[in-house]
Amino acid sequence: MKKLMLAGAAALTIALSALTPAQAEYKAEHRGGTMRLVARSAAGTLDPQINYTLQYWQIYQSVYSGLTAFKKGAGEAGFEVVPNLAEELPAASNDGKTYTFKIRKGVKFSDGRDVTIKDVVASFQRIFKVSSPTSGGFYSVIVGADACIATPATCTLEGGVTGDEAAGTVTINLTRADPEFMFKLAVPHASILPADTPTTDAGSVPLAGTGPYFFSAYDPNKGLTMSRNPHFKVWSEDAMPDGYPDVVQYDFGLTDEAEVNAVMNGEADWMFDQPPTDRLGEIGTKYKDQVYINTLTAWWYAPMNTRLAPFDNLKARQAVNYAIDRKALVNLFGGPVLAAPVCQVLPPGFPAHVPYCPYTKDPGEKWSAPDIEKAKQLVEESGTKGQKVTVIVEDTAVSKSIGVYLQSVLKEIGYDAEVKPISPNIQFTYIQNTNNKVQISVSQWYQDYPAASNFLNVLFGCSSFTEGSDSSINIAGFCDKDVETKMKDAFALAATDPVAANKIWTEVDRMVTDTAPAAPLFTPKHIDFVSKRLGNFQFNAQFYWMVTQSWVQ
Amino acid sequence: MSAILDTLDATPKSRGPWATALRRLLRDHAAVAALIVFVVIVVVCLLAPAYAYWAGTDPFKSTLDAVIKLNGQDVPVMEQSTEGLGLGYTPIGPTWQLGNYFLGADNQGRDVMARLLYGGLNSLFIAGMAAVMTLFFATLIGLAAGFFGGIIDMLLSRFLDILWAFPVYLLAISLSIVLIAQGLNLGFVTIESGSLWLPIFIIGIVYIPYVARPVRGQVLALRESEFVLAAIGLGVPSHRILLRDILPNVSTTLIVFVPIIMALNMITEGALSFLSIGVQPPDASWGTIIQDGQTLLYTRPMVALAPGIAIVITVLALNVLGDGLRDALDPRSKIRIGRS
Repeated sequence: MKKLMLAGAAALTIALSALTPAQAEYKAEHRGGTMRLVARSAAGTLDPQINYTLQYWQIYQSVYSGLTAFKKGAGEAGFEVVPNLAEELPAASNDGKTYTFKIRKGVKFSDGRDVTIKDVVASFQRIFKVSSPTSGGFYSVIVGADACIATPATCTLEGGVTGDEAAGTVTINLTRADPEFMFKLAVPHASILPADTPTTDAGSVPLAGTGPYFFSAYDPNKGLTMSRNPHFKVWSEDAMPDGYPDVVQYDFGLTDEAEVNAVMNGEADWMFDQPPTDRLGEIGTKYKDQVYINTLTAWWYAPMNTRLAPFDNLKARQAVNYAIDRKALVNLFGGPVLAAPVCQVLPPGFPAHVPYCPYTKDPGEKWSAPDIEKAKQLVEESGTKGQKVTVIVEDTAVSKSIGVYLQSVLKEIGYDAEVKPISPNIQFTYIQNTNNKVQISVSQWYQDYPAASNFLNVLFGCSSFTEGSDSSINIAGFCDKDVETKMKDAFALAATDPVAANKIWTEVDRMVTDTAPAAPLFTPKHIDFVSKRLGNFQFNAQFYWMVTQSWVQ
Repeated sequence: MSAILDTLDATPKSRGPWATALRRLLRDHAAVAALIVFVVIVVVCLLAPAYAYWAGTDPFKSTLDAVIKLNGQDVPVMEQSTEGLGLGYTPIGPTWQLGNYFLGADNQGRDVMARLLYGGLNSLFIAGMAAVMTLFFATLIGLAAGFFGGIIDMLLSRFLDILWAFPVYLLAISLSIVLIAQGLNLGFVTIESGSLWLPIFIIGIVYIPYVARPVRGQVLALRESEFVLAAIGLGVPSHRILLRDILPNVSTTLIVFVPIIMALNMITEGALSFLSIGVQPPDASWGTIIQDGQTLLYTRPMVALAPGIAIVITVLALNVLGDGLRDALDPRSKIRIGRS
């Protein structure tokens, strides 16, 4: 009881300190209006436990809540995990394998019903019942997850997630300590939904959430409307602050050019897609006050199939790494203002990142120039010269131009190379499936949460590779015993000594970079182009622009 | 008597049908002009390798860091914006200096003029070979269906109906999407995914009904003509009748179809390549160059405009030539694409 009171008092203090009188007045002044967003297309299902796109994860931040959340703050503050529907972040017990969450009282769904313990337990079961894309990855560590993955329909997570109505708590038991579990609870797949939510993909049907907004209409061919949740009251400014606009109208079906024009003409307040490269000059000069550029923890890379010739040969992979002119690729992406060359897996600014660049003219910490001669020599030594190589890229302007450039480089160093652009709708799954015998491709990876494993283990861990599956995110098919052992060591140490664990992740980063299962290309920056009337733009490192924290009047 | 013979000698000799047609064609100034334009385009495109060699450029290689001499100054082919926020990276525009990025560069820093010539070569090759394929199979089907009739006619006509039931572009796009990634393997023939023969095959297929139908109609009429009935009555073998009596009579129709189908093929190839399901990069065709130029419409419109204009001029020339040929070879003909 005393603990609850303390927690309640602490929450109240935080809320009051965050909502200073000046800020409250400020909010009132700008509250209201309709914010208009535009995008080329919708991003598929609206189900927060299934959708795995940045486009919708961004707007889910004002609609759905999990037990924890990434802080709604500008910059890297967004990487901090804060309690959301849980009153506080619990300390792990049972050797890091058990977490007990005290659930907040008085929080309501947008349909007016209270959030209950039953809802929380059912939501975790639903992750498996709807076969959420991360059910086998993020949440497989929960006790009972194996059975749920095997037979989703009868998932109970017995012994894994249990509720105590009387105590108002939910206990989650894990099969092993997972230092990243709080991150995983903060992503939309762990959103808490009403217990009676159908256990099938909701598709275009909006589900009730607990945030300041709810989805009032959705037609994937036309648009999405977010309206104020009449039952919302702020419980944590850090986790779920109130928003400014009364309505957020998201329209789909515009071309990139039309999106730019709409924002320029004040017909839209923001465009989701990156502006086309031939409009960047105009945007960067005439509309520079309406442009926000932010660094992303992401990379563009060229995974090479380590199980297929010629890239089953280390020297062939190293040759590609030496030959690629990252500066040229940066320019293809829009220039140095919008991207920076990278040489290693972990992007700059990410936990465990220590600059390392072995495949450049003058190896060291930074990429300087390609070394074509060295690359040609390695191709000769590998005995793969003259082999046929196909580069698979997305059929989008930037991806295709990168593919054409890679084809040109591969040809220069001695391969019979061709490039094959395929629809962006299928390219990502196509390059993952080993049946398609993809040798080299161009892909991107944007962090799910700020942990080194989210790049290294996800993209190059043995468990991320599945033969013949469309869902084998280890596109290179890379599986190295030494790297795997190191990653296990890092995981084991992270719960008790995260600093030491990150040192190991740094080693893993170097080992993976040295064995070159992929050619790192560049780390992109994000450009947000907004209308003149839009104010209070804030960029959150985790989920990017905080839509409803900006105002339009 | 000798006077009579002199008069007979003075009577102009009757020209053969081909000479008459040529004479009619040469009198048609528009058709002659179109023919000249088309020949010039073909010749210029054939000079693509020579132009690239002379200009010292490789139109299939990315040259993002290239620097050229322009009016005595070093100018980068790709220019980073230095104004405002410094956003954007723009290829050089037309220099109007032959051999020195005459039409500017594309987003890979490649010489648009050289690519335009190579692209024209590929577009013309695809359009021409697809036209040959269409006419060959359409003639076979039209002759067989019209001459033999009965079950053969029924089967072939229904096959044409099925092909006809699909809108041309829908069929072409569907075939391309299916074949472009994996190529085509029919057992006796394999076409690799990046090959130019793939768009040739696809485009060649989709226009077959549009030629086979009129051919079949003509053969049906010829089949009942007296000279064919007489040949049949005399026991002349069918293949001989088809080759010696019927085919020559439909050949004028086929010749008229050549430029018309080629024009349609040019447009179809352009459309498929524009949609990335025709000629595959780094190969060029006019359609792929337009697609490359799409992302440069605001800053370097010439990249898309030049191949667009080339397609318009070529297709116009072929259509005018087709009209001229039709008037010259068969003035009474009502042949129009899409009608039997």
